[in-house]
Amino acid sequence: MRIALFLAAVFAAAVALTALGVSAQESLRSYVIVGDAIPDSLTGEAGDAARGRAIVANRSVGLCLLCHRAPIPEERFQGDLAPDLAGAGARWSEGQLRLRLVDASRLNADTIMPPYYRLDHLQRVARNFAGKPILTARQIEDVVAYLASLKE
Amino acid sequence: MRKLSVALGLATVFLASLAMAQAGKDQRRSGYQDMGPTLQKMQDDDTANPAMLYVQAGEALWTQKAGAADKSCADCHSAGSMKGVAARYPAIPPGGDRPVDLEGRINLCRTEHQKAAPFGAESEQMLDLSAYVALQSRGMPIAPPNDPRLAAFRMHGGQLFKGREGQLNLSCANCHDDNAGKKLGGATIPQAHPTGYPIYRLEWQALGSLKRRLRNCMIGMRAEPFDEDSEDYIDLELYLMDRARGMTMDAPAVRP
Ligand code: HEC
Ligand code: HEC
Repeated sequence: MRIALFLAAVFAAAVALTALGVSAQESLRSYVIVGDAIPDSLTGEAGDAARGRAIVANRSVGLCLLCHRAPIPEERFQGDLAPDLAGAGARWSEGQLRLRLVDASRLNADTIMPPYYRLDHLQRVARNFAGKPILTARQIEDVVAYLASLKE
Repeated sequence: MRKLSVALGLATVFLASLAMAQAGKDQRRSGYQDMGPTLQKMQDDDTANPAMLYVQAGEALWTQKAGAADKSCADCHSAGSMKGVAARYPAIPPGGDRPVDLEGRINLCRTEHQKAAPFGAESEQMLDLSAYVALQSRGMPIAPPNDPRLAAFRMHGGQLFKGREGQLNLSCANCHDDNAGKKLGGATIPQAHPTGYPIYRLEWQALGSLKRRLRNCMIGMRAEPFDEDSEDYIDLELYLMDRARGMTMDAPAVRP
């Protein structure tokens, strides 16, 4: 009975979303930039640092280690195109880290750091990634929580 | 007095060009130079280079009659006549108005002279024949033709190289001009000189074309690859070959 109700709710939600033309995709949440930071959580909740570490370590989810080193010793092949993430939480506030993930090009127009939570001004995005940000709002918050924990 | 200033001028020009020659020492490196000694040895030793098996198959194809014309490549081209050909493609074929790559040229011979069906872009036969032809340019400098009609296509290729694309919003130049030599994950980023195609890539465990290599990079950027028969690949290849002008061909190469 409970399950049936739950399924009905999911179904109704899917119908509502389709009606809005959003289909099953997450549309971007709005955020406010203050100075060089996004002070407020995108989800309204704090992220989970352990989940964030797993995202950063994963080469097909976060992709961070392609370019950055991070204090994740079990991952052997770490890139060197970008600053070491060790100590990122000492150098930057959570809000500053959030903007750097969401859209680093706001701070440096020529950056090669991909815009993890932006959909506009992108060309030829592969069909299977079109219309999706690289990370979801919740994943961004998890990574922010992990980076903020890197104090040295 | 006039003589003196001319002499001084000449001396300055001479010194300046000397300085330029020293400062401008060619900084280009091929993918071969970026590999470790084990892989370099594998490429250099024809009995160890897996691409040579494809070359052998290509040599057999070269003399095999095909199509309604019942002609082989060897019926029209003498032995050794393919020397330097791979080093100058893409080029505009006689009577044509836009460039084709080496594979496209091979298919023109298939359809026009042999009256046979073209080979698929990544087909075994195409790889075999292009490896056989490319080997004959080994050791030669890359020498794109001085055909003014190519300029516009090459320029378009340069725009494709420098433009950002994909979900990761990167350009080819971001990696291959600005960050070559650095580590992307475990891989050293090469300067992307197309000296060795088709290549035997260990990761593929097979011979593959330049198109396949470019498609791999586009997938890495999470960009939608060009369609298999898209002219964009040819334009990009024209740009890459010009960028590598004078570098030594090492096809068929081995890459990690
Ligand atoms: C394609 C390369 C690339 C990838 C992938 C990438 N970054 Fe970056 N990142 C950079 C570069 C380059 C900088 C240096 C600043 C700039 O150019 O904007 C940077 C800067 C940063 C900074 C500021 C560092 C400092 O101390 O100044 C943080 C934090 C950061 N990145 C986190 C991440 C995380 C987390 C991920 C994955 C979710 C990631 N990056 C993925 C290239 C990359
Ligand atoms: C994020 C980095 C990155 C981007 C962007 C990128 N590449 Fe690459 N490319 C690589 C790496 C790394 C290799 C070496 C092989 C490997 O590990 O995949 C490579 C290999 C190559 C090679 C082979 C060189 C050889 O010696 O055989 C060519 C050619 C090339 N890339 C061209 C391009 C072009 C053209 C584009 C744009 C459409 C592009 N790349 C975009 C990272 C990149």
